[in-house]
Amino acid sequence: MEIDYRGLSCPEPVIRTKKAIKDNPQTVEVLVDQRAPLENVSRYLRAMKYDVSVQEESGQWRISATK
Amino acid sequence: MKIAKEKRNLAIAGALIGIIAVVLVLLGNPKNMGFCIACFVRDIAGGLKFHSAGVVQYVRPEIIGLVLGSFLISVLTKEFNARGGSSPVLRFCIGAMVMIGCLAFLGCPFRMILRLSAGDLNALIGLLGFASGVGAGSFFLSKGFSLGRTRAQAPLEGCAISLVNIILFVLVIAVPSLFAFSTSGPGSMHAPMVVSLCAGLVVGLLAQRTRMCMAGGFRDLYLLKDGTLICGFIAIFVFALIMNLATGSFKLGFTGQPVAHNAHIWNFLGMAVCGLGCTMLGGCPLRQLILAGEGNSDSAITVLGLLTGAAISHNFGLAGAAGAVADGAGLKTQGKVAVILCLLILVAIACIKTFAEKKED
Repeated sequence: MEIDYRGLSCPEPVIRTKKAIKDNPQTVEVLVDQRAPLENVSRYLRAMKYDVSVQEESGQWRISATK
Repeated sequence: MKIAKEKRNLAIAGALIGIIAVVLVLLGNPKNMGFCIACFVRDIAGGLKFHSAGVVQYVRPEIIGLVLGSFLISVLTKEFNARGGSSPVLRFCIGAMVMIGCLAFLGCPFRMILRLSAGDLNALIGLLGFASGVGAGSFFLSKGFSLGRTRAQAPLEGCAISLVNIILFVLVIAVPSLFAFSTSGPGSMHAPMVVSLCAGLVVGLLAQRTRMCMAGGFRDLYLLKDGTLICGFIAIFVFALIMNLATGSFKLGFTGQPVAHNAHIWNFLGMAVCGLGCTMLGGCPLRQLILAGEGNSDSAITVLGLLTGAAISHNFGLAGAAGAVADGAGLKTQGKVAVILCLLILVAIACIKTFAEKKED
């Protein structure tokens, strides 16, 4: 599952991420373009026991999370 | 591990900020007002003659320092990011209402913690109101509230608010006669200008690096069961408390508290307005200043809304008067009406942006 939260400001991406992983998917990819969402989406996914890796792509970040 | 590191950094930054705040009071700032974004923006509005309340006029260098501290560190770390365009007019209006709520209580969430750390129990009532307001805002967020997406902007748009602050500071130093300076009251009490500016720069840097936010602390706790951001809040409280106890500034009670009143309902509702508004904006007044420095023009317009709200508050007699209610302090009728109207308007905006408007995605 890939979700695009580019343009959304803190805290919307992390709250939408919470909803998006409600059904406990094995993998999820989140696109963000601001620092605060990058950090709190990653933090939330880690807290939800996902392994999180981040790739920077010209001022945007792809957060990949796997259970 | 990473989560623990973020908490540790916030705790260290909070501790430093708590200490700096009490030191600023020792160096001349009004009591329990080492930092207060609402009070200081109100003083700047007075200094610029946007309102004529003679006791609260001073161009506070702390605010200029906060914006520029964030600007400088975000440029150095390549985090400066010019963006905006997410409901700027609504943000301006919400910013103004947040300020009206703060000035009814006599302080922003930051000063609320500092007041609490000096034993002012009115701030505890304010804290309950603030937590309730953030709770209401969190409800709307969980139901899909959004002010819309931001877009990349030209660098000059992102720098504009920082440039305005630089020009303001240069003018204050070079041509002070342009501005109003209180000769009595809180506006006349201040630490030396250079110290205030440096304190602002340091706190701006710390707040930018840690993303410290008073509204975000409660919001994350409610919605995500995440206590990271609230660590900063707690550390400021604990270290300011230690400093206040050590310097004999701690005095527990509701009455006789500096620059405060004991109109409980209005302390509660004022901070409820602030909490709800801040949650809709995505951050407390401190965070708005920091984001503005980082190039976020939505936050810059919010800061201008705060400034306008301060002028409205004093031009129309909406702000709380310090002292005991028994002696006629607290809010005048128009202040009470304004707080209730702000609360109703914020709830209306939140409802429309949550339930009525068709979502872009």
